[in-house]
Amino acid sequence: MREMSLHIMDIVENALAAGATRIRLDISEDREKNRLEIIIADNGRGIPEEDPERLLDPFYTTRTTRRVGLGLSLFRETSRRCGGTFRIESGKGKGTRVAATFRLDHIDLPPMGDMAGTLAALIAGNPGVDFIYTHRAGDDTFELDTREIRKDLNGVDITHPRILKFISSSIRRSLKALRK
Amino acid sequence: MAKLTIDDLKKIRERVQKETSLREGGDVVKITVHMGTCGIAAGARAVMDALLDEMSQTDRRDIKVITSGCMGMCSSEPNVTVELQGQPPVVYQHMDGNRMRQVFRRHVLKGEVQTDFALARVT
Repeated sequence: MREMSLHIMDIVENALAAGATRIRLDISEDREKNRLEIIIADNGRGIPEEDPERLLDPFYTTRTTRRVGLGLSLFRETSRRCGGTFRIESGKGKGTRVAATFRLDHIDLPPMGDMAGTLAALIAGNPGVDFIYTHRAGDDTFELDTREIRKDLNGVDITHPRILKFISSSIRRSLKALRK
Repeated sequence: MAKLTIDDLKKIRERVQKETSLREGGDVVKITVHMGTCGIAAGARAVMDALLDEMSQTDRRDIKVITSGCMGMCSSEPNVTVELQGQPPVVYQHMDGNRMRQVFRRHVLKGEVQTDFALARVT
């Protein structure tokens, strides 16, 4: 994947396929520790796993449309390539939590990319799902919670194109401010 | 802590509320952007970006956009399925932003299937 935000989108799609209705996405960029951490946690049905390592096997998949499952393996490979760590925890009925770290200054680290586009696409395609996105950089934090947005929208559809456009442009603006 | 500016959101909400009476008939068009690992790696998000942008430029509110996983035809990704009410779904292949805009304007809005980009008509 060319961008971190595409990896994230891909892992979130796994959560959606597992029937998640609430997905937390935590990103923290810690310059002092030279570490980027990305956590994606969902309340989906989880994976009844005898052997968690198996989830990372590209030739393991729960889908039936094709016989390979590359999303998690690719994400882990990126973290490994960038001197990071990778953990996945899951259990039947307990949801799934994927946590990956990366060395922030690693030359192979993909750019974060368009997080606003990722969020907009996810919200647009899954109106029934709540996304809670926290992005930390140093002491600054950006937070987006679709549960709050929905409350403020007072019945207006969150997938209305103009609302989505507003959401994505405010994410874009806020993340830019965060990086300064 | 940075958050979305609620006041701005409220302003947009009020504007949207005034004009949202067109949707009552239900959805007439369903557009599915396939977002498996293969789709995402091949550029499905750019397709979605273009689609959302086109959506924001029309007053039609009877078009539903959803995302789904891989169809099993990874080599033809990004795939988009367009389903007009009462018609068989059409699967488009090798989509990009511009192709999406063309499919939206011609097929979704005018009903003209863009056979050049079509992979199959599902019957």
